[in-house]
Amino acid sequence: MYPFNYHRPSSLADAVKLAGGDEAKIMAGGMTLLPTMKQRLAAPSDLVDLNALGLSGIAVAGGKVTIGAMTRHADVAGSAELKKAIPALAEMAGMIGDPMVRHRGTIGGSVANDDPAADYPSACLALGATIVTNTREIAADDFFVGLFETALQPGEIITKIIFPVPDKANYQKFRNPASRYAIVGVFVAKFAAGVRVAVTGAGSGGVFRQFDFEEALSKDFSVKAIEGIKQSADGLNSDIHADADYRAHLIGVMARRAVEAAK
Amino acid sequence: MSGTGIGARVLRKEDFRFITGKGQYTDDVNRYGQAHAVFLRSPHAHAEIRSIKLDAARAMPGVVDIFTGDDLAADKIGGLICGWMIHSKDGSPMKAGAHPALAQGKVRYVGDHVAVVIAETQAQARDAIEKIEVDYKVLSPVVAMADAVKKGAPVIHDVASDNTVYNWSLGDEAGTQAAFAKAAHVTKLDIVNNRLVPNPMEPRAAVGDYDSGTGGFTLYTTSQNPHVARLVLSAFIGIAPEHKLRVIAPDVGGGFGSKIFIYAEETVCVWAAKKVGRPVKWVADRTEAFLSDAHGRDHVTHAEMALDASGKILGLRVKTQANLGAYLSTFSSCVPTYLYAPLLSGQYDIPAIYVEVDGIYTNTAPVDAYRGAGRPEATFVIERMVEVAARELKQDPAAFRRKNFVRSFPHQTPVIMCYDAGDYDAAMTKALEMSDYKNIGARKAASAKKGLLRGIGFSAYIEACGIAPSAAVGSLGAGVGLWESAEVRVNPVGTVEILTGSHSHGQGHETTFAQLVSERLGIPIDNVAIVHGDTDKVQMGMGTYGSRSGAVGMSAISKALDKIEAKAKKVAGFVLEASPDDIEFKDGKFSVRGTDKEIDFGSVALQAYIAHKFNGQELEPGLKESAFWDPTNFTFPAGVHICELEIDPATGVTRIDRWTAVDDFGNVINPMIVEGQVHGGIAQGVGQALLEGAVYDASGQLVTASYMDYSMPRAGDLPSYDVGMTQTACPSNPLGIKGCGEAGAIAAPPAVMNAITDAIGHEGIAMPATPLAVWRAVQKTAPRAAAE
Repeated sequence: MYPFNYHRPSSLADAVKLAGGDEAKIMAGGMTLLPTMKQRLAAPSDLVDLNALGLSGIAVAGGKVTIGAMTRHADVAGSAELKKAIPALAEMAGMIGDPMVRHRGTIGGSVANDDPAADYPSACLALGATIVTNTREIAADDFFVGLFETALQPGEIITKIIFPVPDKANYQKFRNPASRYAIVGVFVAKFAAGVRVAVTGAGSGGVFRQFDFEEALSKDFSVKAIEGIKQSADGLNSDIHADADYRAHLIGVMARRAVEAAK
Repeated sequence: MSGTGIGARVLRKEDFRFITGKGQYTDDVNRYGQAHAVFLRSPHAHAEIRSIKLDAARAMPGVVDIFTGDDLAADKIGGLICGWMIHSKDGSPMKAGAHPALAQGKVRYVGDHVAVVIAETQAQARDAIEKIEVDYKVLSPVVAMADAVKKGAPVIHDVASDNTVYNWSLGDEAGTQAAFAKAAHVTKLDIVNNRLVPNPMEPRAAVGDYDSGTGGFTLYTTSQNPHVARLVLSAFIGIAPEHKLRVIAPDVGGGFGSKIFIYAEETVCVWAAKKVGRPVKWVADRTEAFLSDAHGRDHVTHAEMALDASGKILGLRVKTQANLGAYLSTFSSCVPTYLYAPLLSGQYDIPAIYVEVDGIYTNTAPVDAYRGAGRPEATFVIERMVEVAARELKQDPAAFRRKNFVRSFPHQTPVIMCYDAGDYDAAMTKALEMSDYKNIGARKAASAKKGLLRGIGFSAYIEACGIAPSAAVGSLGAGVGLWESAEVRVNPVGTVEILTGSHSHGQGHETTFAQLVSERLGIPIDNVAIVHGDTDKVQMGMGTYGSRSGAVGMSAISKALDKIEAKAKKVAGFVLEASPDDIEFKDGKFSVRGTDKEIDFGSVALQAYIAHKFNGQELEPGLKESAFWDPTNFTFPAGVHICELEIDPATGVTRIDRWTAVDDFGNVINPMIVEGQVHGGIAQGVGQALLEGAVYDASGQLVTASYMDYSMPRAGDLPSYDVGMTQTACPSNPLGIKGCGEAGAIAAPPAVMNAITDAIGHEGIAMPATPLAVWRAVQKTAPRAAAE
């Protein structure tokens, strides 16, 4: 780790100001950033720790779930209210990392980092979440731009994420045997207006929606409806754990299992 | 006895300090004024070093000094050695390229040591490392063995122009040829034994210290055999004479073989301590461990088995290429030769065996012994071969094995080993019962109903432990003898210190060894201390590897205890005014046969030291004895493991449903510790079969250099084991012990792969059988097999 200046602002305004520096980095849970810094792969001049901002908590009201950006995965996984409203989201949070990661990592940090194998981006995209920052509201469809790339401007800080409550949803994760990140993660959400399906872990451009599955499931929310739809391997990742063909195949398997398990 | 003797499930004495954070590991050692070393490692798999510029690095804050290979050479510090001479079949000695502790002119794998920076802090040393400018001329690397032996391949060491260390053979070629000539059936198989990274929980570390007052060096290091480290650092590398070099291996957090070897880093730390006049500390990070710990396995084999019409094995022919990496590590040469080929007879009566092994250099990390060391590779070959042969002959795999089992002992195999005792049929019978083998058909049908493929796989393994008779290994090329030493120091109050040359790095010696002493002397186990891991305390020892500490280390203790008992009887005779021949020793009491006169062990110890009751000229005062035990034979633990698993053909995920292990370890001192060794061994074996595999890309970069890509087995990957034992006492040592440390890792891989291939209905899959590999293999499964 290289030396850096550490800041722990107690107001969002201070945090935004500090985060505006050229070489500053914002730290939420630090579950990705700190290991990267320890390996000397990141060298911020200033580290702006958001842990004193109090941006945490889960609220369910008016058909929406609002989760503060600094809410830990373990709290999302354990929320009784959320388990009633969107059980799939709570279950998904419980599948992230290990207990230490779940007690430190945050929803805002995960979404802002946009790791192509992270779980939360698929939930945001499938549920049609709104990402709220210190300056604006961004629809999930516009938020996830590419690998580790989002619509966030430098210094912009996520404050909360708002999820519409679906009729049914489920997340199926096929883990990398080594890292236990998603090789393929499929989040399926059924709303009155239609079905949304988001895939993480597989796409070379990060999380994406599977529109063919969405169209078929919107007409008929059943395993059968998507059995015959082939996911193309084009644009999918290949590595020693899973080649593109295998990922394409797994997207179908995970999607069918998600439809079957949706509640 | 108080329930702490032989056979008792005594909780581990050492665990109190480990689980309360009071263990003292090498990284816990901090010497006054110490500086920190960080190594510059090669980013290239194969390159010439044109120049190294150190000026900018030397100017960095906190830098104490920087050294390269030239500095070591100037001080006449020798290179790292390989301590086992192997001769090729044409009689020529193996081709060992020089292995300098810091590179001289060339680097040969990613992670090879180029220079060392010593600075006030580790962070400053890291900063300075980044300022060293090395001008490399990058050479083409050879990564795969098949490429290394091609004509015109880049040459890694000039002494081996064909990148071949040796072409070695064992067995009777002509006799084996004759066996195949009369065979009714020949089973052939290509087998890959995947490369593994050992991954002990504690990475390697070293602290070198030099006392300018006495001229003595001290090295604290993560070693499984500190005395061998001292011998090599002294006699071969030339750090200092042995009496001026103390090596301490304090608590060590796992080794699995990787800490047997003498590495560049500890060599440099202890040497540099004198150069800079300060203690020098180095602690590996996990990436360094992946890059530079000696790896394990990495064989490519073609095997053929000759059978008669009834399924009796007539002969076995094996051709193996063994990847030895870029340099010959300390014992690397013997692992794929004498620790491998002599085990290829397995538990079977095979009249003719012929084995050829080519040791190959590649631009990868050195490969050496890893839990099992040669024996897992041999077991994988023979157990895959018998399983496939049984399938081809449409015979039940258990019945096929029984038909070919060795049934009388001693049994001389055609490949050196003479099995001294065993009952392979008994283990098979017990394993079949425990695993409910007779109902496997119903369980397969139940899985099929759920859309899953169920498979069952056997592994009737044998290994050779308790290494080894010194003269025998000497005749095979070993540079050392493989006895063990012990010293028993009885204090005047009857407490006992045992000094042993064995080294515990997770095995629980402080408990097991103390149980033996408690049993033999009839004293509470808490009155026994086990001292190990310090060359200034224990005079000489050969360390712990090859499941030898029970069979060899404890045999030395037993021999020393015999001497203690004999001496104590003499003392008791004087005290009780009787002839030593009339003294009986039982349950900690010496008594005069046929009388009620007795004295306890502690009182005899006191009498031995105060020496009031005997003439010191006739009987020496004191009660301290030592012994060296040189084994009379290897020991031969054996058993049957049965793996039963389910495969989800939709995803390729394998779930192990049942694991039956029946092992014959001879006599057992602490069944709890032995079962723990079996559990951990199976976990590592399952890791090799399903998860682990070191992958280098074509340029020689290690792709699996972190836990993001290297899959270690976790609790959720493993079933709850069903462990049983059979016992035939080992006739080759006084305690009847065979050894248990490696059995699980040896037995497990073929059990898993035999089960997977049973489930998928063909043999076309290699380790690690990851979900991707299994899914690909399932695509080739015949629909009939899938539906079964």
